[in-house]
This record gives sequence, structure tokens and C-alpha cells, in this order.
Amino acid sequence: MLNMFKKRELSIDFIRQRSLGFLLSVILLAVSVFSFCTKGLNYGIDFEGGILIEATSEQTVNLEQTRKALSFLRDLSIQTSGVEGKTILIQAKPEASENPNQLVEKIKSVLGTGFQYGQVEVVGPTIGDELKEKSLLASILALLAIAVYIWFRFEWPFAIGCLLALAHDMVIVVGFFSLFQWEFDMVVVAGLLSLAGYDCNDSIVTYDRVRENLRKFRKSPIDEILNRSINETLSRTILTSLTTLFVVLILLFVGGETLRGFSIAMVLGTILGTYSSIYIAVPLLRYFDVRSVGETADSTKTP
Amino acid sequence: MFGYSKLKIGIICSVLILGIFFCIPNFLSEATYNRLPTKMKAWFHPVTLGLDLQGGSYLLMEVDTDSLKKEKLDSLADVLRPTLRENKIYSKITVADGVLEVRLIKAAQLVEARELIRKQEKGLDIEAEGSVLKVRYSEKALAEMTEQAVNQSVEIVRRRIDELGTKEPQIQKQGIDRIVIQLPGVQDPSEIKMLMGKTAKLTFHLVDEETSPQAAQMGKLSPDSMLMNGEETGYVVLKRAVVVGGEQLEDARQSFSETGVPAVSFKFKSLGAKKFAKATSENIRRHLAIVLDGKVISAPEIQSPITGGNGIITGNFTVQSANDLALLLRSGALPAPLMVVEERVVGPGLGEDSIKAGTTACLIGLAAVFIFMLFVYRWMGIVADLTLIANGLLLLAALSFFGATLTLPGLAGIALTIGMAVDANILILERMKEEMMHGITVPKEVLKRGFQGSFSAILDGQLTTLFAALFLFLLGSGPVRGFGVTLGLGLATSLFAAIFVNKLILMVWVNIKKPTKINL
Repeated sequence: MLNMFKKRELSIDFIRQRSLGFLLSVILLAVSVFSFCTKGLNYGIDFEGGILIEATSEQTVNLEQTRKALSFLRDLSIQTSGVEGKTILIQAKPEASENPNQLVEKIKSVLGTGFQYGQVEVVGPTIGDELKEKSLLASILALLAIAVYIWFRFEWPFAIGCLLALAHDMVIVVGFFSLFQWEFDMVVVAGLLSLAGYDCNDSIVTYDRVRENLRKFRKSPIDEILNRSINETLSRTILTSLTTLFVVLILLFVGGETLRGFSIAMVLGTILGTYSSIYIAVPLLRYFDVRSVGETADSTKTP
Repeated sequence: MFGYSKLKIGIICSVLILGIFFCIPNFLSEATYNRLPTKMKAWFHPVTLGLDLQGGSYLLMEVDTDSLKKEKLDSLADVLRPTLRENKIYSKITVADGVLEVRLIKAAQLVEARELIRKQEKGLDIEAEGSVLKVRYSEKALAEMTEQAVNQSVEIVRRRIDELGTKEPQIQKQGIDRIVIQLPGVQDPSEIKMLMGKTAKLTFHLVDEETSPQAAQMGKLSPDSMLMNGEETGYVVLKRAVVVGGEQLEDARQSFSETGVPAVSFKFKSLGAKKFAKATSENIRRHLAIVLDGKVISAPEIQSPITGGNGIITGNFTVQSANDLALLLRSGALPAPLMVVEERVVGPGLGEDSIKAGTTACLIGLAAVFIFMLFVYRWMGIVADLTLIANGLLLLAALSFFGATLTLPGLAGIALTIGMAVDANILILERMKEEMMHGITVPKEVLKRGFQGSFSAILDGQLTTLFAALFLFLLGSGPVRGFGVTLGLGLATSLFAAIFVNKLILMVWVNIKKPTKINL
């Protein structure tokens, strides 16, 4: 592995491979959008409203019996967590007319005194809808803010490239959540948003180099400059992606149940982010007249 | 020239020393920390743990604006009835679905009635339909009303919770009509929910002795009277006019009546005491009803004038319920009922598990990044690792000093910062490598170009992440907000560490060791 980073000049022709990358992206995007439209997302209680209770008994819990005892709940799901089957996770979505607080009291009284409650959550349905709206809004605003920043720092083709790459990654991550019906809750949105922030680092570093090389090699064809820039920054791109990937993988395996969604989003996002900065964000630049845009920018900016 | 002036070195070192200093409270045992002087503890404290880590209850309450509207219209109706009658305008006034309807007997009095209503209250939208006036509060007036009610509710909720002696409760207004209550350590919020669900509006009314409840039920009710139920009293016909209201109470305590049953004794403020004295002396041998939240608690006969401003409420109380009522009366009435729209309770065991899992993940992540950097960059990797440590210390210090709340996602944010912070180091090191490839060998020059060439990319990368952190902060509540804070602070500290501290270490190294070349 070390040799790869030590090698003096890398020259992989990423720009020529771009159609392959675009094809892969189109497939992934199509699958994501299709899954999202047909299967939707498996919203957690944060977004859907409902009741979630984590209870631990001293003995192994008889799931069948408990399920029967709690059958008065709508959309009831009971799972055991932990190895010994002493902890159960009860989830339900009560009708709007039912008072969820009373239901919680009822569940507690049905379960009896042998239980310790690790976690009790009750979320009203209106809260969930509001949160969905707010999350979508926050994600869009974050993307736009990032794009505007890049536009100011680099000119607009770069902003568009970065924005498309970012949207590509976020859509595919959400697509994965839809396809595998992993629970989608607030922590996943937190993952997606931090992904948005982190994701474009790779693109930015390469863009920074593109800008530098555009000035250095005024005569070279654009494809050569883009390729050179990707190759020059490739070892950095891979190294940082690796350190981040380590950390999020560790979070995934050791971070506990609550952070699972966040970690999955980040693991997928880190991999996708590296891929999209190389195969989407930078190759897209060749479709714009980056050079002339860069030149007008040059005259207004101090080099 | 590569490096910093003495002043800059001094500043960087002071920041680091301050960083170490403000981390200290996190590593002290509780007993040791508690021995510190209180004044010092005000600014020298460990990181505040969020409810998801320390266990506790989170309640999101919503002010019932429909009730508030109804309440306001009801009291407007109570004022309008006598006012219109005094002006010889006869009508039937009803309140339903947020609209007050005045059905006039003579349609000709429409304009006059409208004027009178307008004079009575501001912010009303009045519509005429035949001989009926439909009165609503305007959007603006409703918004003002809600805002006022929420602010007032926050104050009263705080008083009620303070009375209960919960440690370090946090009560905040959220959005337009919501209140967030955070109660660390509270495992069963049912008592608190019960107390918050009651408005505790107390009023004293004279009983309408002329009308029997039976007659009232048949509809023979004077417009100045109302029919009300009570657990002990059954149906009672009361005068609508309020003799004295709960806002005139100065104090209320649980006590016992002369017969030894639990009761609530109260004391009026001076104005209330005067009103109460006047009413009781003018109405001897008649009944005075005590009404709480639309229910009659009791309607005792007035034996003698009560002039001292002290009184006692008896009813079907237990010691507990008398205590609760006294508490509610002391802290004041809520302008409208509060409804729980979101509730999260985390047990202390789960919180501990989360801390353990989160910290373990952070430490393993740190170790992995450490080893990776050593493996890839050898000696330069050590420098990167040192800046990582500096970053970790500064982040912990910043979280402690600013009193940010550390949540489980926040711990994930720290782990993430560790992974991302080395990005800056890697960028600098890779740039140095490139510069050396291009034939630059003088160490100082390599270092200088490494920093210069990578700075804009580092800054841009960090700033975009900062935008994301900002929106996380704005969007989130509770845990997610904590994540945004951690991420944002982490970006700031990692920028400081990767650029300033990193440069400082390298500068010291170059000046002391005077190497002839850099191995990368």
C-alpha cells in the first residue's frame, strides 16, 4: 500500500473512464429513486410519531406472550435486543385519537413490575411531520450554502459540479436506506448533513488544484489538466478517506445501537464521496468553459 | 522565513495551556470537584452531559391555543353581556369554534352593538350576518395572545418545577407555541406531566340562590349565571361574576381543616383580601363557590365576614392532592393547558452504556488514526499525532468552557472530527512531498511551501463543513443540536491545531535539530 503513495507521478486517465463512472452513477441513482418512490423510507419514531419503549426484565422475556398482552396497540412491533433476550424494544403507532401518554401508562401496567425502563419515547404525529419538513429544508439550505460558498471561491462551474456530486451522494445514501428499509431517523439526517459538509472536501481539494494548474499550464487541454489534478491529489484523497472511513467503521461496530443509522450513512457517504469527487465533480468541469471563467476571475482576484 | 514571532508563539502556547487547564474538571472526581469554591465552579466546570447520556426526561409541551382562544372569548362574552344590556341592546351571546356570536333581538341595533364591542376590546374582526354579529380575534391579536401566553407559561412552569425541587431543570420556549422541559435524572415524569396538564385557574363565585340546578338544566338560566358541576357538590348554579381570582393569592399551603381532613389554606394579597372581605360581609348566609379549572370544589355557606385575607379550601382532598393544589396555586395559573407532544425518557443505565460505547469508539478511532499516520508518514506522523492530541484537548476544553451539552451524537461528532482533522495534516504533508518532488530540499522552504500551498484547500474544506454544522444546529433539538455544536467547535479547534500548533512544532524541530533534509 505504501508503495502506491510513494510512487512519484501517478497518471491514471480518470477523464477517459468518466463514461463508466457516469453509467454507474446513473444506475445507482435510478435504483435509489425507484426504491424511494416504490418502497419509501422506513421512518423512525422521530419522523412518524409513535411510542418506543425499551424495557429490561430480570428473566428472558416471552415474546409471544408479551405480543398478545400488548395487542391493543396499533402497528405493534416487539424485538429483543441484547444476547440474553431480557431487553425488549416495543414500538407502536397509536391512532391520532388515542392519548399516547395514557397508552404508555397502560403498557407499563400490562408489563408489570418486573421491568426496568431504559428508554421511553412518545412523539406526537405533528412533530414528526414538522421534523421531516425541517430536515429537508435544512439539507437543501446546507447544500445551497456550500454551493454558494464554492461559487464565490471558485466560480460557478465548480459550484455546479460540487452540488451535483453532493446531491448524487445524498440521494444514493437515502436510496440505500430505502432499499434495505433501514430505520431512517433524526440521527441519520444528522449523518447526511455532516456528510454534506465533509463530502465536498475531496472535491474542493481537487478543485483547488485544478485552479492552480489552470494558471500554471495555460496551453494544456482541459482534460489533461483535470487528469493531472486528480492524480496529484489522489494520494491525499485516498488517505483522508481512509482515516475517516476507519473512524466511521469503528463507530458502526462499537458506537452502539443509537448511532447505527448515523454510522451507516457516514460509511456509505465516505466511500461515495471519494468516488463522486473523482468521477463526477471533476469530470463535469470539462463540459463547462472553465478556462475562460477562470480567466475573468483571475483579473478580478489577486493571484 | 518559516515560523512565528515571539508574540504569536506566546499566544499559541497560552491557548494550549488554557486548553489543558479547562480540561481538568473533566478528570477530577466528583468529591474533589465539589470542594472547589462555588465562584470558581461557575466558570470551571466539566462538560455538561445531555439527557441521552446522563439519563432524564425531555418533555415538549404545546400551549393549547384553542383553549386559550375559547377562554379569551368566554371572558369577552362575560364582559359583553352586561355592557350590551346596560345600553338596552338585547341579545343572546354564544361562543363556539373560536367565534363569538351575538344574536341581536333587534337587527337595527347592529351598528351600535358593533361599536360597543369594538370599544370593549382591541384586535377583533367583526362580521355581520343579518342580525348576527360574528366576532373573532384577528390573526395578529391571536399571535400576540399566544406569545404572551407562552412566555407566561414558561414562567409558571419554571415556578412549578422549582417547587418540586428537581435538580437543574431546563425550561425554554421553542418556536411559536411550545415549551421544552428538560429534567436530568428524572426517570418518571408522570407527576410532572400531571402538574403541567392543569391550568389551576381558581375563582370564587357567589352561588345563584334563586335558580335551582334542576331549573337551570331545563334552560331557565339567567344570562348572568352559569351551571357548573362538582365532584362533591353536584350541579351548582353560580353567578358568572368573579368575586376574587387566583391571581390575587399570595400564598397557599397544605393544611388540615378543623375536622382534621386535608385542606389547602390560602392567603390573599391586600387587594384580594379587600375584595374578599367586602363580598363575604355583604353576603352572609349565602354560599360562596370555589371553582378550579371549571369544576366546583366546594360551595360553603358564608358564616361570618372573612376580613383577614386568609381562608381554607376543603374538598375531597388527600394530603398529596392538597399538596399538589397548594403548589399549583402558589405558582400561579397557566393561561392555557399544556399538552405533551413529545416525551423522551432515558434511564441512567442506558446513558452509561452510551457513554461507554461512544468513548470507546472515540478512543479506538483515535488510536487507529494515530497508527495509520505513523505508518504512512513515520516521524512526520508523530507531529500529526501531536496536533491531534492538541485538537482533542482543545475541543474538550471548548466544550467544557462554553457549557455546550455533550450528547451521544455529539460523541460521534468528536470521533468524526478526529477522522477529519487529520485531513489538514495530510494535505500539508502531501504538499510538502510534492514540493520535494519538484526539487526543493531545504527543510524550511519545504515546510513553508507545504503550508502555503495547502492553506486555501484546508480552509475551504473546513468552512463547508461548518455550514453543515450550522444547519444541524439550527434544525436540531436536543441530541442533534449537540452534534452540530460539537462538530462546529471541533472544526475550529482542528483548524487551530493543524495550522498553528502544527507549524509551531515543526518550527521548533527545524530550529533545534537543524535537519538537512525532510524524510517523507
